[in-house]
Amino acid sequence: MLRSFTIGLAAFAVALGAQAQTIKIAILGPMAFVQGENHWAGAEMARDEINKAGGINVGGKRMQIELIRADTNEIQSVPDATNAIERVITRDKADFLIGGFRSEAVLAMQEVAMDNKKIFLGAGAAHSKLGQNVEENYNRYKYWFRYTPTKDVDLARTLFAVMASIAQQIRTELKTDTPKVALLAEKAVWTQGLIGAAQKNLPAMKMEVVGLWQPSATATDVTAELSAIDRAGAHIVFTMLSGPVGISVARQMGERNMKAVAWGINVEGQKDEFWQAAAGKAQFVSTLDTYAEVEMTPRTIPFVRAFKERYKKMPTYNAATYDAIIMLKSVIEKESTLDADRLVAAIEKIEHVGTGSIVTFDKRHDLVWAVGKTAGIAVQWQDGQKVPFWPPNVKGMKPFKLPAR
Amino acid sequence: MLQDILVTGLVNGGVYALLAIGFSLIFGVARIVNIAHTAFYMLAAYCFYTLLVKTGLGFLLSGVIAVGAVTLFSVICYRLVIEPVREHEAAVLIATIALALIFQELMLFTFGGHFLGIPSTLEGAVRFLGVSIPYQRLLILVVAGVSLAAVWFVLYRTRLGLAIRATANDLEVANLMGMNVHRVAMATVAISVALAAVAGVVVAPVFVVDPFMWLAPLVTMLAIVVLGGLGSLKGSLIGALIIGYVEAITVFAVPAGAYLKGAVALMIMVAVLLVRPEGLFGVAFEEER
Repeated sequence: MLRSFTIGLAAFAVALGAQAQTIKIAILGPMAFVQGENHWAGAEMARDEINKAGGINVGGKRMQIELIRADTNEIQSVPDATNAIERVITRDKADFLIGGFRSEAVLAMQEVAMDNKKIFLGAGAAHSKLGQNVEENYNRYKYWFRYTPTKDVDLARTLFAVMASIAQQIRTELKTDTPKVALLAEKAVWTQGLIGAAQKNLPAMKMEVVGLWQPSATATDVTAELSAIDRAGAHIVFTMLSGPVGISVARQMGERNMKAVAWGINVEGQKDEFWQAAAGKAQFVSTLDTYAEVEMTPRTIPFVRAFKERYKKMPTYNAATYDAIIMLKSVIEKESTLDADRLVAAIEKIEHVGTGSIVTFDKRHDLVWAVGKTAGIAVQWQDGQKVPFWPPNVKGMKPFKLPAR
Repeated sequence: MLQDILVTGLVNGGVYALLAIGFSLIFGVARIVNIAHTAFYMLAAYCFYTLLVKTGLGFLLSGVIAVGAVTLFSVICYRLVIEPVREHEAAVLIATIALALIFQELMLFTFGGHFLGIPSTLEGAVRFLGVSIPYQRLLILVVAGVSLAAVWFVLYRTRLGLAIRATANDLEVANLMGMNVHRVAMATVAISVALAAVAGVVVAPVFVVDPFMWLAPLVTMLAIVVLGGLGSLKGSLIGALIIGYVEAITVFAVPAGAYLKGAVALMIMVAVLLVRPEGLFGVAFEEER
């Protein structure tokens, strides 16, 4: 009896010791969807790379990374997301939190993380409010950092920078001084600011806005909208689409042989599966993106190739969980601690060269926007391939193409 | 703009009609409130996708197998889930909602939340009145017409159709007259779901296949069936065209309010019901009793 008890106690002590050797990182994402898959894939790559190299050195003690896969189901349910983050903090005892996608869900998860003073590195949501919280109540929200993407206002800056480049090409190739632009934005909160900015900025950029069309984010049929856009003679369809309507727009533009070219945000268009989902009709559709085999940073091409080799597809921006973990390792090793407050101070000062961007944070813990650093890239679908074309000065970029007229 | 509205409304109305015919049959004629109707449409689309894209079977074979398999599956679901509670309309409603959600979660588990595309059966487009119409949409119009004719033929020119109409009219009397009302109901479910499956196979190539694709058409179908009149196939067709045209007019007249097209269509339905509570071509409720 005593012997069994002693063995049990020893096993418990060993288990406790083993547990203390790991740093637990919860990866939060909608795991049944592409966003969550990429969250997890990026994190797996970072974990394997770090653990294989001996783990993270915390003040001379080597600690392995243990990932906790937390399915937030946030695309369908915000309460599911808050339940997931509660669970990883209270039951799984996660040390750090990384991920999130849908802004509404991330705002709710941010509250839970801040209640528990856990560092939460966002890897998906763009809403400005997330950073605004840090600015307005620093002591509570300082544990939040948005690793990717840039906030919504900065996304607009990138969109207009690329738009200017496309408009110039249209002026040259189509001999028109004032390219016509149709605004096609899903009806959602995140598009309202972009629409206002487009209506104000495009005329100043010598472009004519021929109209605004706002289908539902889940619309499966946009033939009426596209008929009207065709009739308006638009050269560019400025898309602001995050839902499956992005596939419908691309496919139906192709089926109608439209001469206008689509540029903007088309979240579905960032995925490898897009060409197949649009039944091969998405020729010349272009969108903002993060990853391609171009030299955004010295680490971009090796990461993209390794990701493609392991997962047989291109990473989406959510795979920046990889960078978030690598950055975390860097600050933990530098500070020799897992203490959240000390790590926050270190992250605020860091300049981290990631795989898709060179990251520094502002006082809202948002990315500091800069072309060639955090603004991302623009890609266009050409014959089934996602071809990067902007920023033009980055090595590996290819020409943007217009539909034949 | 007028020709755009005329052509777009007709094509979209055809898509809706194809979806509404089966819904109208089961909802109006058999008095089964099958909320899972469009979930069967989703299952057929997934089945078609798997056979066509993953296993490489041809369009025709994939389509026939998908329709057959989903129809057979619907009969099994009817026997196991709907028939035991058929006497209680509220229970049927809840049971079919549960079925639809189970199908949704099963597809989510199996295929993930990815949006899948199916190649068009017919490639290319034709210009009519200056409007470009893909051949696939014309195919939908043709299939909708043929389906409507086939359903009309079954209902009004066959003994099975007579039995379905009699059972729908008065279940107890039909039972007393020696009809096997359970088999008739099962046959109605099979015909209805077969139509939904045909819709899934033909319409899926112009839409996107995903686990939630059954929700939006469900609302539109309810609006069309109620607008056209419960149990009236003619009403479903006219209702589908009305909704198709209302949506087209909304998009062309108020481009920035394109997302409102569904709401405007539902408002038209409510307006019609205020004037004719039985719908455009429905039988007055008082007469039914």
